[in-house]
Amino acid sequence: MYRIVGKKELAENVDEFVIEAPEIARKAKPGQFVIVRVTARGERIPLTIADKDPEQGTITLMVQRVGKSTYHMSCFEEGNALKDVVGPLGKPTHLEKWGHVVAVGGGLGLAPIHHICQGVKEYGNELTVIMGFRSRELVFWEEKMEILADRVIVTTNDGSYGMKGLVTDALLNLIESGTKIDMVICAGPVPMMKAVADLTRPYGIPTVASLNPIMVDGTGMCGACRVTVGGEVKFACVDGPEFDAHQVDFDELMNRLRMFKELEKKAMEEFQRKHCGCRRG
Amino acid sequence: MARKEIIKKKVPVPERDPKERVKDFREVKLGYTPQLAMEEAKRCLQCAHSPCVEACPVRVPIPQFIKLIEEGKFVEAARKIKEENILPSVCGRVCPQEIQCEGACVVGKVGDPVAIGALEAFAGDHEASVGYEKFPIPEKSGKRVAIVGSGPASIACAADLLKWGHDVTIFEALHEPGGVLVYGIPEFRLPNEIVKRELRFLEEMGAKIVLNFVVGKTKTIYELLEEFDAVFIGSGAGLPYMLNIEGLNLNGVYSANEFLTRIIFMGANWFPEVDTPVYVGKRVAVIGGGNTAMDVARTAVRLEGVEEVYVVYRRSESEMPARVEEVHHAKEEGVIFKTLTNPVRFVGENGWVTGVECVKMELGEPDESGRRRPVPIPGSEFILEVDTVVMAIGQGPNPVVVEGVKEIRRGKKGEILVDPETLMTDLPGVFAGGDVIRGGSTVIVAMGDGRKAAKSIHEYLMSTSK
Repeated sequence: MYRIVGKKELAENVDEFVIEAPEIARKAKPGQFVIVRVTARGERIPLTIADKDPEQGTITLMVQRVGKSTYHMSCFEEGNALKDVVGPLGKPTHLEKWGHVVAVGGGLGLAPIHHICQGVKEYGNELTVIMGFRSRELVFWEEKMEILADRVIVTTNDGSYGMKGLVTDALLNLIESGTKIDMVICAGPVPMMKAVADLTRPYGIPTVASLNPIMVDGTGMCGACRVTVGGEVKFACVDGPEFDAHQVDFDELMNRLRMFKELEKKAMEEFQRKHCGCRRG
Repeated sequence: MARKEIIKKKVPVPERDPKERVKDFREVKLGYTPQLAMEEAKRCLQCAHSPCVEACPVRVPIPQFIKLIEEGKFVEAARKIKEENILPSVCGRVCPQEIQCEGACVVGKVGDPVAIGALEAFAGDHEASVGYEKFPIPEKSGKRVAIVGSGPASIACAADLLKWGHDVTIFEALHEPGGVLVYGIPEFRLPNEIVKRELRFLEEMGAKIVLNFVVGKTKTIYELLEEFDAVFIGSGAGLPYMLNIEGLNLNGVYSANEFLTRIIFMGANWFPEVDTPVYVGKRVAVIGGGNTAMDVARTAVRLEGVEEVYVVYRRSESEMPARVEEVHHAKEEGVIFKTLTNPVRFVGENGWVTGVECVKMELGEPDESGRRRPVPIPGSEFILEVDTVVMAIGQGPNPVVVEGVKEIRRGKKGEILVDPETLMTDLPGVFAGGDVIRGGSTVIVAMGDGRKAAKSIHEYLMSTSK
């Protein structure tokens, strides 16, 4: 069992969990993820390692309530334990001293972005973070990013906080202002990552995306997470999760994420109907 | 010895009615009763030259254990088997006996071969029902061995190492132990409870099983070597081959590994009682002709809402690598065979698979495997309309375990290269066996490797002092 030693609600539907997993904490590198099973009847869900504390033996995960498993996990409190946590999985982010790096994150994408940014700074890069939210009350981790980055730009769709617009608007501003950008790393909803890739492509700015496909085992055994990159089939769990964003077939990824939508809805309805004793039940 | 009269007909192994059994995942074979087992055991000629033993990858003393069954000494029979094979209940069910022991059986030359597999399973099950005898543990050697993976190769290796007094820790990547026995072989062929009790026995004998631990990620082989005196890699063939044709990534197209893992390992047939879903429509095409293809097809017929299940195989039925018994069971359960049929592309609509374009094949000249090469018949293309496709075209060794370990060499298919005598890799103290050195093989061959490696590890440990 993997004990929860800290829990915080970051925004509506987004929780931060600090979990006791000493072996994973010791090994975790930026870009890597874990597979979590909330209960003995749970499914295996991939969650990116947002932060780690090797001395305390803990890792930080960010969970957005989107389906049964994530809702169920959000019912867990400090002191409770998750059934299974395995990792760190996936290839670590390829890091080097590029110069000026722009990290773009939306929503749950801030989990990988945060950990990646730690690595980016360790390599002595200049770092700009663009973080996008729908509106003010959904903003989180701005201070955490401020500590890491040389510059943080927050965007909200409705303009209720920071810059009005999308992360790509902020990125375009940066590019057009003549700021030299040597590398863009993005993580978040697929349409966002696709838009970032489409934006940087004509400028020839190297761009990496951290993908979030459906996974089961997370060790290359099942192939559920296959994505097409540069015309080749790759397994995101072992070949990724980060790939050259200009080569990724995002439309296919979006389609594959829909594969179990109907069933997931059914599971969610069932869960809400039955579940009690939970504040969101 | 007086010549025995040959009884040509074997005692049939009771099986559940196909109409009943397709409604659930419970075991198809009911197995021999003590009476039936004793009757079948009488058919064994007790040949002095025992070709059955020669044909067994781990040389189980077959005539001897059958003799004990004939005498009603069932527990003794199981223990006799266990001198060479610690998993009689498993091997009795999943070994390809028809090309091993039963294929060589002298009685089989004139009639049905002795049902060695069914007798082996009977003995194993009987012993389990009365309780296992623990083997005496010698004095602790003080040596520690790490075993990677908890499938058949690892189980066999662990058992022998424990017998020699070594300390054994098994590292399993998934959240339940058993490897392919639990994620790859459905319960209607091998009930999980059998695998669980074998693993429980290992634990009672002192093996430590660590779950959720991916060697190569959670810790590397190098790190294990700092803590342990030797390492055995029995991580299997956990890398599915994909049919690289158009439409591969359409929704509804699975690898056999994903399909079976979702259902038999994660329990998706109980969804939404359990959280793992599997999407299966009304018509399912399974690509391939091996045992895994049969397992997938027979799993699919058991799922709610599934109306038709096809096995699409490019050669003819006689070239199918699947066991005859499995093909027979699949047919009984209503699986439709489309042989001499090769998939060309997956067709889809709105991102979902709607069919498989196939071409009819005919058999030409023999190829390097000795089987006649299938060649497409021009103009014979047709579309098999399905809403689910499962590819069961084989798997290779998963590279994660040894990634970055440059001393360990790998072959063309990613298999770990070992000294054929000792099963040691080029990294001293690290041994490997089972599918990870062979690609896809069988449970019994993997167990044979596990035992062979255990012997080498024992010799290695005794010759090194740390």
